[in-house]
Amino acid sequence: MKILINNFKIFLFFIILTGVAYPLFITVVSQTIFKDEANGSLLTKNGKIIGSELLAQEFKGKQYFWPRPSAANYDSSSSAASNLSPDSKTLRETIEKRASANGLERNSNDDLLYASGSGLDPHISPESAERQINRIAEARHLNIQKVGELKKLIVDNTEDRQFGILGRVRLNVLKLNLVLDEKF
Amino acid sequence: MSVLDILEIILTFGAIIVLTPLLGKYMANVFEGKITIFNKIENLIYRILGIDAHEEMTWVDYTLNILVFNLIGFLFVLTILMFQGRLPFNPQHFAGLSFPLAFNVATSFVTNTNWQSYGGESTMSYFSQMIALGTQNFLSAATAITVLLALVRGLSRKSVPEREAKTLGNFWKDLTRSTLFILIPLSIILALILVKQGTIQNFSSYVHATTIEGKDQLLPGGPAASQIAIKQLGTNGGGFFNVNSAHPFENPTPLTNWLSLLSIILIPAALTYTYGLMIGAKKQGWAIFAAMMIMLMVGTFVIMKSDLGVNMMEGKETRIGIINSSMWTGWTSAASNGSVNAMISSQAPIAGGVAMLNIMLGEIIFGGVGCGLYGMILFVILTVFLSGLMVGRSPEYLGKKIESREIKMIILAILAPSTCILLGSALGVSTKIGLSSLSHQGPHGLSEILYAFTSAAGNNGSALAGLNANTNFYNYLLGFTMIIGRFAVLIPVMAIAGSMVTKKSSPPSFGTLATDNAIFVVLLIGVVVIVGALTFLPALSLGPIVEQFLMNKGILF
Repeated sequence: MKILINNFKIFLFFIILTGVAYPLFITVVSQTIFKDEANGSLLTKNGKIIGSELLAQEFKGKQYFWPRPSAANYDSSSSAASNLSPDSKTLRETIEKRASANGLERNSNDDLLYASGSGLDPHISPESAERQINRIAEARHLNIQKVGELKKLIVDNTEDRQFGILGRVRLNVLKLNLVLDEKF
Repeated sequence: MSVLDILEIILTFGAIIVLTPLLGKYMANVFEGKITIFNKIENLIYRILGIDAHEEMTWVDYTLNILVFNLIGFLFVLTILMFQGRLPFNPQHFAGLSFPLAFNVATSFVTNTNWQSYGGESTMSYFSQMIALGTQNFLSAATAITVLLALVRGLSRKSVPEREAKTLGNFWKDLTRSTLFILIPLSIILALILVKQGTIQNFSSYVHATTIEGKDQLLPGGPAASQIAIKQLGTNGGGFFNVNSAHPFENPTPLTNWLSLLSIILIPAALTYTYGLMIGAKKQGWAIFAAMMIMLMVGTFVIMKSDLGVNMMEGKETRIGIINSSMWTGWTSAASNGSVNAMISSQAPIAGGVAMLNIMLGEIIFGGVGCGLYGMILFVILTVFLSGLMVGRSPEYLGKKIESREIKMIILAILAPSTCILLGSALGVSTKIGLSSLSHQGPHGLSEILYAFTSAAGNNGSALAGLNANTNFYNYLLGFTMIIGRFAVLIPVMAIAGSMVTKKSSPPSFGTLATDNAIFVVLLIGVVVIVGALTFLPALSLGPIVEQFLMNKGILF
């Protein structure tokens, strides 16, 4: 009986310490000094929340940059991946469909051919952005000079590897589209 | 692979090598009670709780306390999960979990497995995440550290003829020190960096947004960063969100990815140094570190090479990329962590196969916090024993004789999880109910089931997630597998600690096998690989290995 009581006491102590005090402490500090980040890096336009910088949202319009395909159907409250293996027939068929929808070669390693791990990947590679230029230019009726500016827009908005070493070069699709709407 | 990629890989492995002695020294100081201010704090806690944490425990007492403590944890988690619908901090009004699922999750988090047959953001209230799961993230890791400490004392305490050593320390003291002075401070540092980078930490309801194209988007919230920090550091691996560390709210930038990756291996690696210090022979610790590091590197590079060969971004995130996804899969499987930043199911078949092998070897390539090292020490003793047989000398480790009782316990600890993996998988592939959860045909289907039981028995928690594991069949069967995988190793280790502590230690003689040089490292790796390969090669051949060959020939399923 004593062993039960002693272990129960120490268990309760740790519940309070690690289950209550620790997360509350992190929350209070975060909400004080990193408020925006702690609340999901939300983006607003005209005072309304239009999404999070970190979560992909669906773009179907031809005048926009498109994010990577999503196995979660861009439902940010229910992240998901396809989990299809590289030798799955279903995956190969899906890739073909995406290739023809995007006008891409199906053997390329373009991000736009493959659903992301989270279904909410906010980024695409610079190459994937460049491949969308023609479509966007056509939809927005841009002249040659404007197309040049659009190309520059991609370069300007490209995020380098963090500290020059970590991760990959990428573009945030939502932020890119916001600038796109502003300038073109 | 570019120069920057290579630099990133070197930086990642290098950081572990540099941090190992630093954190290792600190942990040794904590465990040995050398920091005065910490002693004052803990004594105050023991006084308030009214427990005697200075009383030495025998191996039976110590083990009994571990079991009771974990049983309380299990019942607590089970209750909270089943009744979360009536508990606070549940802004999305998630209902309580069914018994089979709650049973599975409770065993999963108590055994440091963190297998997830549920989707975090669509199942768990904030209350459940924090109080039930978050707490177990700390306590399951700390429990394993206490077992390691008991074993260390068993090996290092000197018995003399007139006074036989019998005790292995005090469970509550070891538990308190590990949690309070190691896991919590490290988690606080990591959690705050994560938030700064964009990992969320709030108690808000999910936020409605209207996208640029005018659709409604529901953005999840929750105290994620605090939980993710300990999920990595405690080699737990259970994600706040369904897709784990692939989710941009869990792992928003390359920096968070790098730090999370380091955190997976950090404590298990540093513990090898702590071990060396505590037994009074640093080289012994480094020898174990070397064996683990070599196996980690080989496995990781095989995964990387095969993923680059397939060269598909399916299931991977743009900011993370293929190389970092491969590295993560190698580390998370070796370290009994089980978190993922890319979907293993969509990686090259051989990549999944190496991940499985890493787990099958017994989660001893760094392995879980505490349990990785105590598992590896079993293999060290086994290696000493086998070498002793080969040269015809009575085997001894750290001056203490190894006898039949220890070897029997080791065999039990190695066989129990292996049996669960093979029998469980056999049951899965030979029953209708087991097969109905599959999402792939062909060898990948076998891999899904084999991986599930491997992950459960190794207390890893990662998955070839095509398998629908939230069925009664898998929830129960995997739940029991996790329990055996944890306690059928833990109890034999405690028994070995208990018998080793009573043995007289003799100084090394001419015939003693050195356990701290390169030859021993090679021997140790050999024993680990041979035991693992003999047990699992047939199963692996039918799953990932044949799948890779068929895929290379262009055969699809």
